[in-house]
Order: sequence, then structure tokens, then C-alpha cells
Amino acid sequence: MSDQTIQNDPETGSDAPLTVAPDTSDHEALSIEVGPEGETLLEIDHVTLRFGGVVALNDVHFSIKRGEILGLIGPNGAGKTTCFNVMTGVYTPTAGEVRFNGQVISGTKPHKINQLGIARTFQNIRLFPEMSALENVMVGCDARHKTSVLGALFRAYRVRPSEDDLPDNPLKRSLAKVFGISRHTLEERSGRVRSMELLKFVGIADRAHELSRNLPYGYQRRLEIARALATQPELLCLDEPAAGFNPAEKEDLMDLIRRIRDLGHTVLVIEHDMKLVLGVTDRIVVLEFGQKIAEGTPEAVARNPKVIAAYLGEPDDAA
Amino acid sequence: MSQILDTYRGLKLRDRLAEAPNWVRKIGMLLVIAFAFYLPFLNILPFAYIRTDLSARGSDWASVLFLIVVYMIAAVGLNVVIGFAGLLDLGYVGFYALGAYSVALFGSPSSPVVEALQSRLGLGEEWAVPFAMCIPIAIAMSLVAGVILGAPTLRLRGDYLAIVTLGFGEIIRITARNLDNVTNGATGISGVPVPPGPEIGGRPFFNTIDAERWYWFALTILILIIFLAFRLEHSRVGRAWLAIREDEDAAAIMGVAAFKFKLWAFAIGASVGGLAGLLFGSKQQYVEPNAFMVQLSFLFVAMVVIGGSGNIYGALLGAFLLTYLPERFREFQEWRPFAFGVALVLVMILRPQGLVPSRRRAREFEDRKTEAQEAAVDV
Repeated sequence: MSDQTIQNDPETGSDAPLTVAPDTSDHEALSIEVGPEGETLLEIDHVTLRFGGVVALNDVHFSIKRGEILGLIGPNGAGKTTCFNVMTGVYTPTAGEVRFNGQVISGTKPHKINQLGIARTFQNIRLFPEMSALENVMVGCDARHKTSVLGALFRAYRVRPSEDDLPDNPLKRSLAKVFGISRHTLEERSGRVRSMELLKFVGIADRAHELSRNLPYGYQRRLEIARALATQPELLCLDEPAAGFNPAEKEDLMDLIRRIRDLGHTVLVIEHDMKLVLGVTDRIVVLEFGQKIAEGTPEAVARNPKVIAAYLGEPDDAA
Repeated sequence: MSQILDTYRGLKLRDRLAEAPNWVRKIGMLLVIAFAFYLPFLNILPFAYIRTDLSARGSDWASVLFLIVVYMIAAVGLNVVIGFAGLLDLGYVGFYALGAYSVALFGSPSSPVVEALQSRLGLGEEWAVPFAMCIPIAIAMSLVAGVILGAPTLRLRGDYLAIVTLGFGEIIRITARNLDNVTNGATGISGVPVPPGPEIGGRPFFNTIDAERWYWFALTILILIIFLAFRLEHSRVGRAWLAIREDEDAAAIMGVAAFKFKLWAFAIGASVGGLAGLLFGSKQQYVEPNAFMVQLSFLFVAMVVIGGSGNIYGALLGAFLLTYLPERFREFQEWRPFAFGVALVLVMILRPQGLVPSRRRAREFEDRKTEAQEAAVDV
């Protein structure tokens, strides 16, 4: 632990413009195993959510197919983030249910839903500020690890190590051959490697050991994506990932979202920026005042008069 | 004064240690341990001045060392709860008492529990649960108590949890006092068993006179506990606790089973507290409810907070200072509460994050301070 992990590099302070070199390396190791493409992955089945008299979501119904990039758009206060919160277990719907892979998940605890395979990022960044970028991602990786508390304490669960996992030191090597290596150690090691790989994938590996609070804004957004990807979700939900980005950064982000899909993840993205949404999504669902007002391909949605009205306001002589 | 402390901070002893080669650190660690084992016989001037039995009114040096180590064990355990998981537990003495009482109730031939077992099962009057069996019993009992207390209360946050645990500590003591036919009430239980060992000079190995043997026994357990605590800190468990401390809701959405990990922190803290209590009760060979007053809970919390919560070395230092200093300066006994109060206030003013805080904890503290200032400006 040296001091540079806490101090900000003056040249790349939080206000510095962010340009990330496009990541061209092959990340085959990061791809996940998924079922056949095109099947319904998540179904929001006529979900209604009320807070007292306020109806946040009113009979919203749509589904996400495996392997697609779905955009969820709508004006401010339309209920997009609320929709995410219902899907990730923060809220339980008043009526209707959410099904994931055919299993009802509404009412399940957030961490259970994550284990089933849904991860998300947050509109207002919610990293663990005192942890380094790498540690943040490792928390995500831990979601897939099997070591229990007692396993971490006593490390009694031994695994026969493969040739690559054996230590170089001859004494330790023979000990590892006889007693095996604890599952904790192996998981810790693979989690670290995978986390580093993910940081490379989103393009922020150069500052992996810096505290996440000291990272520039764009890095923090990318770190959130890496942390969510670390939990190996079948469905990744991005809540306004491009908020505060300049056009060049938005281009990078679109590219990143496509590459995430290529790894096998299904992506649901909330976004305000119409150019980004139209450019990257396969299908779009539009919400307004907690209700679905349109659904379809980007082209169709962009021409839909209801959507145009929702975004630009209805002309006075509409009727 | 704070400037002096700042300069001291500039030395960065911790950095130097962290950057030293592995073997240097290992040898250093071994030397420290060897010195700790040698401490009861420390008799070279000027170091001998740290002994507590220099004046006639002083207390036995080895006994003081033993008490320091027992409190260190308790502080390391409480540090898991307060420092790692961020849960304020004001009733830690309850677990300490449970550990002491379990070894007394099951191990002493004259305890009502053992007497009942003797008559039921037709065992001899000398029979009692052997000491080696009492250790797992004590750990299990305090662990179960930790889970029973934690399961309903860990859904509370912050101050509410502190109040509930405060009540728990008192409940244990008052129950022990009032449950006459199980715990002998205020009379207490005598004949608490000691670890087995060969007889030396006609006395059992662990007796009331040769306190240094007790000290070595406790020190060995302390080293084991520290080793395990470090393992926890540098594993997925430590990471999960840190994530929960920073943003519990985000952690849950990232797949951290927050409640489970908090309950584990509570259970681990409780069982370590029980182990410390067991050592205390066994050395005293006598257990009574008045030994487990609520002040002891506050003392444990003060050790962790003054030392620097979240840092195992901090907890050790806090436990050492708050046990050793009052014993060393017994001549000024009537000034003790005053000095204790002044010291507490001084530490809170000059070094609110603790004497040797964990880095993260110190920064979390700074963050909260700036947040509070900003909030004050906004108003």
C-alpha cells in the first residue's frame, strides 16, 4: 500500500478530458454461457407500482429477448429507473409480476436476484468510494464465488490444483501437491485476474489500483459497468450510462455496449440521448407517466407520433 | 499538539514496514512475539520500569499482562463487529460473561448444572465437564447467543442497534444474578476448571500463583485469533463487510448478502468475546455477576475506538493502553476516572479517528466530517 493509491495524479485529475484507447484485444475469457438466443429472458408482466396515491408504474408490460439490446426511454419521471428498481428487487410491485428465465423474481431480495443473473449500474454513481477500482470489481466477482465465511477463516476446503496453479517455490509446490490449494486462494486469484481483465475490457485498467473516489467521472461510469459485469449477469441493466458524456465518449460507450452484447450478455439500457439509443439498440420501449406508450424498432419508435409528442409536447391544434 | 502528531504521521512507520522485504517482516514479527513471551521476566533497567509491581501497592506484573491479553482478545473480537462490519455493539460484555459462565456452569464440580447432571446420570461428586470440552461449549454458547441477538436486531441500523445490544449486556448479567438455582445468583460459582497440565513443585501447572503460565496460554490464543482476523480481513468476507459499510444497498444489488455477512460478523465477534471470558473465568477460578458490569462494555468499545477502529493493531494498542496505564499508575488511584476522562476527550479532539486507524477508516471519517460541514453550510 503506497501513497499513490490515494493521491490524485495532477495530470489526470477528475476534470481532465477522457479519451480511452479503443480496446481491441480479444476477451474470450470474459464471455459467459447463456441459453439459446431469441428466447424471452425477462418479462415484466403487467406491473403496477403505487406509493400511496402516486402511481409510479401503471400496468407496464414488456419483455426482453436473450441476446438483444433493449432501450428503455421516456421523459423525466416516466418511471424508467423505478422499472429497474422493480426488476432488481429494490421495490416489490403492487400488482403484476416480473419473470426472469420463467421464474418469478418480484419480491425476491436484491442479492438473490443478482445471483439469478441480473446486474445493474446506477444513474447517480454508487461505487464503493474507499475501495480501489480493482477491489470494486472483485466485490462483483465474489458474487459468483463459493467460499463461505468459515471457508475464508479456516481455508479447509482444498482443491487439487492444476499445473498452472502450482507455486514456483519448490517447497510450497510439493506442499500444494500433497495438501491441495484452498478454494479460497484459487477463487481470490481467479477473481483478481478476471477483474483485471474486465477493467481492460472497459478500458480503465491503467488506474486499477486507484481509489474509485479519485477516478475521473468517465472512469467511474465505466467502473460501474465493469463491476456489474463481474457478477456474470445474463441481463445487464445500464441506467443512463452516457449521462454527462461528450460525443466522443458516447461513441466509445456505444461501442462498449455492443461488445458487451457480443460477450453473451443481454443489455437493457435507459438513456436520454436519442442518438445513442437509436444507434445501439435493437428494440425500444417508451414509457411516459408510468405507462408504456410505444414499443418497436428504433426507426418505428422515432416516427411514432405519441413518442414525438411525449418528448416535444403536443401541438396546440392536435385534436 | 496536533502538529506534533502530524509530524509523527510523517514518519510513516507503516509504509516502511509495508515496503520492507517479506523476510524482514517475518523476523520482526517473530522477535516481537518472542519479546512478548519474555515480558513476565523483564528485569533489565531501564525497561523494567514498565513493570507494575515496582511499589508495594502495585499489582502482580504477570497477572496484569494476562488481563491485558484477555482484553486484547476481546478488543480484536469487537473490532470485527465495530471496525470491519461497522455495527456498534454496546453489549459485548454479555458475550464475555457468557463465555465465563459456560466454563463455570459446565466445568465446575460445584455448579448447580453439573450437580444436576451428577445426580441424573449417577456420576461421582468429582465429575465435571473437562476443560478441553468447555472451550467449544463456551464458544458455541456465545456464538448461538450472538446469532439469537443478531438475527432480529441486525435489521436495525445505527443507534437502535447500539441500544438493543446495550440492553442485551445488562440482561445477561441480571439473569445470571437472579437465576439462583442455575447460576448460584450473586454468590457466584467457584471451582471453575483450569487447563490440564503436569504438576510442578506440588502445584498444578495452571494455578493462582504462577500467573505467567496463564499469560503464555492467553498469548498463544491471542496470536491465533489475530492470525484468523487477518485472514478474514483479506478475503471476500472483509471485502463484503467493507462494501456493506460503504453502501449497503449497492452492495446488496451487487450480490453481497448483507444480512448474512453482518450476522457472521456478530457471531464471530461474540464467540471471540466468549473465548476471552472463558480465559478470564478460568484464571479467576470464580465467576460472579458483578464482574460483568456494563462499564466493561464501554471499556471494550473505548479500546477499539481509541486504538483506531478497523485496524487490528489499533485494537491491540487500545486494549493495552486502557488496561496497562491504570494498573501502572495505581499510586494515583483516586485520579484514575479523571485521567481516563481527560485522555478520552483529548483523543477525541486530537485524533478522533483513533491512534492507529485503518487508512480507509480514517478517510471515511474525513469524508463524513466534510459532508457534515457542507450540510451545515447549506443550512
